[in-house]
Amino acid sequence: MRINLASVFVDDQDRALRFYTETLGFLKKHDIPLGEYRWITVVSPEDPAGTELVLEPDAHPAVKPFVAALAEDGIPSTSFAVQDIAAEHRRLEGLGVRFTQQPTDLGPVITAVFDDTCGNLIQITQEKAPS
Amino acid sequence: MDDLYRAIADPTRRAILDELVDHNGQSLFELCGRLTLKHGIGSSRQAISQHLEILESAGLVEVRREGRYKFHWFNGEPLREIAKRWPTHKGRS
Repeated sequence: MRINLASVFVDDQDRALRFYTETLGFLKKHDIPLGEYRWITVVSPEDPAGTELVLEPDAHPAVKPFVAALAEDGIPSTSFAVQDIAAEHRRLEGLGVRFTQQPTDLGPVITAVFDDTCGNLIQITQEKAPS
Repeated sequence: MDDLYRAIADPTRRAILDELVDHNGQSLFELCGRLTLKHGIGSSRQAISQHLEILESAGLVEVRREGRYKFHWFNGEPLREIAKRWPTHKGRS
């Protein structure tokens, strides 16, 4: 068994696709019309055959209050791995991305949290090399 | 005043203040991460939230909303009362 999909709820699929591809740099893998919404997935250019992230519409009434409550407390919806968090933080801030947590050294990992403009907070982490 | 002494009597609450002094203006998520990984404090988010309420009622922590987010800020002002009551220089005998 392997994990082939993970998902984030987004309040606008078009805006989400733009943010996850143009700003974060992921690649669009699927974009299939599905009634009112679309089945959209993106993958990392570092692992195009790897786990796909579904940009899932937040239409279900339970989703909005759930996502809002997480965001209020600064809790990310998901997390991505980066090689160099300082460089990634600089790059994303330069593109106007809003961070709710600056890169923070937590011992084994350095983490930061930003707003994906579609309702979610997203964590990025850099694992430190074992010393 | 009793609120102030009660607030700083607890080691977890003192660790929260230490982390806010290290970096002011943190979300609950960031604070919990720092407490777990830097201090080995495994309390639940809800427990930390309650500690923050006690610190807030003592005036040592302020909660500010920015858009959809809530950040916690350290305010050392109430601690002046302690130094006023017991001066920090050595007393004359």
